[in-house]
Amino acid sequence: MNQKESERNLIPWDGALSSSDFFCAASAFSEKWKRFNPSVPPWLWVPSPKHHLLSSHKEEGYLSLEGMCFIKSSEDQKSCRSQTWKEESSISQEEEAVDNAALVQSCFDEVNHYDFHIVYSPSYRVPVLYFRSYHSDGQPLPFDEIEKDLPNHSAKIHLESKWTFITQEEHPYLNRPWYKLHPCGTSEWMKLLFHGDASLNKNGFVIEHYLVSWFSVIGQVFGLKIPLAMLETVSC
Amino acid sequence: MSGAATVSASEANKLVWEGAIPLLIHLHDSEVTTLPPPPPALVLAPRLGYLPLLISQLKPYFSSTLPPGVDTLWFEYKGLPLKWYIPTGVLFDLLCAEPERPWNLTVHFRGYPSNLLLPCEGEDSVKWSFINSLKEAAYVINGNCKNVMNMSQPDQVELWRSVLNGNLESYQRVSSKLKLVTLEDEYTENVNAVPTASQENSGEADAPAQVKSGRIPVRLYVWTVTEDFDDLESAPQIDNWDKVSYINRPVEIHKEDGKYFSLNDAIKTLLPEYFPASSFGNLGDVSPNQRDEGANTCDPDPSSLPLENAEIKLVRIQGIEPCLEIPFSWVVNNLMNPEYFLHICICLRVSEVNAVQ
Repeated sequence: MNQKESERNLIPWDGALSSSDFFCAASAFSEKWKRFNPSVPPWLWVPSPKHHLLSSHKEEGYLSLEGMCFIKSSEDQKSCRSQTWKEESSISQEEEAVDNAALVQSCFDEVNHYDFHIVYSPSYRVPVLYFRSYHSDGQPLPFDEIEKDLPNHSAKIHLESKWTFITQEEHPYLNRPWYKLHPCGTSEWMKLLFHGDASLNKNGFVIEHYLVSWFSVIGQVFGLKIPLAMLETVSC
Repeated sequence: MSGAATVSASEANKLVWEGAIPLLIHLHDSEVTTLPPPPPALVLAPRLGYLPLLISQLKPYFSSTLPPGVDTLWFEYKGLPLKWYIPTGVLFDLLCAEPERPWNLTVHFRGYPSNLLLPCEGEDSVKWSFINSLKEAAYVINGNCKNVMNMSQPDQVELWRSVLNGNLESYQRVSSKLKLVTLEDEYTENVNAVPTASQENSGEADAPAQVKSGRIPVRLYVWTVTEDFDDLESAPQIDNWDKVSYINRPVEIHKEDGKYFSLNDAIKTLLPEYFPASSFGNLGDVSPNQRDEGANTCDPDPSSLPLENAEIKLVRIQGIEPCLEIPFSWVVNNLMNPEYFLHICICLRVSEVNAVQ
């Protein structure tokens, strides 16, 4: 162990990442996701768009998961909401199947499409989840409809902190309005997830598992769960 | 602005807070329902303010001619819808290479382009955008936003009011409670102020550097040209937001004894791809978690090596084009916006292949 590494082991980890660490963390995350979630679309690394000044810098970019469909069960919408996330392409196949729990009357119009981007924030030094939602015809969803898709606990938090939990902001690269989950506080709970254990911060352990842990929390805002097997690679 | 270093901190702040852009605002043709059409409105817009806040001044001019419907205010300049959350002064500095006075804008009260622009529900939206930026700045400077989150309700109200009304005194009263200290300003001779301990120390050649290491919130708006232009009038017009690279990235300062950190140095650390010769290298990622070059899972990518040397054609902050050798600490302490961000408009000359198109 050279001096730099041993120094690093002593410094308490602040729950944050550098932008080059983020690139590595993103690669590790998307690879694990593919391995443990083969039936779901993969997270793709999108380099900085061509028009952006930093487009030549390969490590500048974000993770993208697009075309996730949220299907509402029209029974019991208020109380026991069953949330199913499906890949866009699998929806049309299911239209034939008669399954009352998932699709009633095969209302393709009732399917809300979601795109998720994980973008690094240099200010907060953590990943930030951006998302947008639209109907099958491409029309963007107004927020009160998105709220109906969220699990009850998320909608409640948003009610209590309207301007600070989910905010509408311009996508850092795409010059379009997106929604984002506010990153304030991320580094705090990331620290907790790793038990504030500075010794974990060696040999790139933290970087490799950062996004899996991060997503295990963030995904819950949308009721997106990580398979247990994927999480088990993190616990020690 | 030669002689900037002799302007005391409080004078410079006052000038910045008093800065305003004369706007000549024309109602869009499609929304004029009366003849003759209403004349344009001449309005003085504070640099540090935001365009939607002008609605109370504009509505009286145009209300009698508007078609029926709900007001959804938005502005455009030469066909480009303006992002309302960017301070007015920054929009002007960015979009008018050759400053146009008055600045001719078109206003709309209908047909909001919600696929392009974030929704704006009036003053509340602007206020929250401001507070969120302030929180982000606090996080950059202090590593947390507690001081902003814990502001009392009256303080929050007073802070926002002071920005709305351009009241520097009131602003300084509330903002000083936030204790957002960026850099010690060791280069300005502030003859009016009582010398503090740090100022006295910095006079001594042997004293250790007083400036602590830190991060400064900066928002860069970069546009590129591939050909040289002699005068600003012949600079290409920005007609699309894709032609501007928005870089929201803090500047990291590591003060070295004997050296000062100039504005030029700061810009180069934010654009390492374009300024490989910079002696500060890429400080953007310095953190205790900096990976060791050898023992990591991702080797540095050869394609991420720096490109050509670009040439800085124009740097504008608060409407001035500072000499690039000016100490960055002076710029930070005097030209920052009330939400603690330094907004810098830059024009770079690059080769064709590296241009922002």
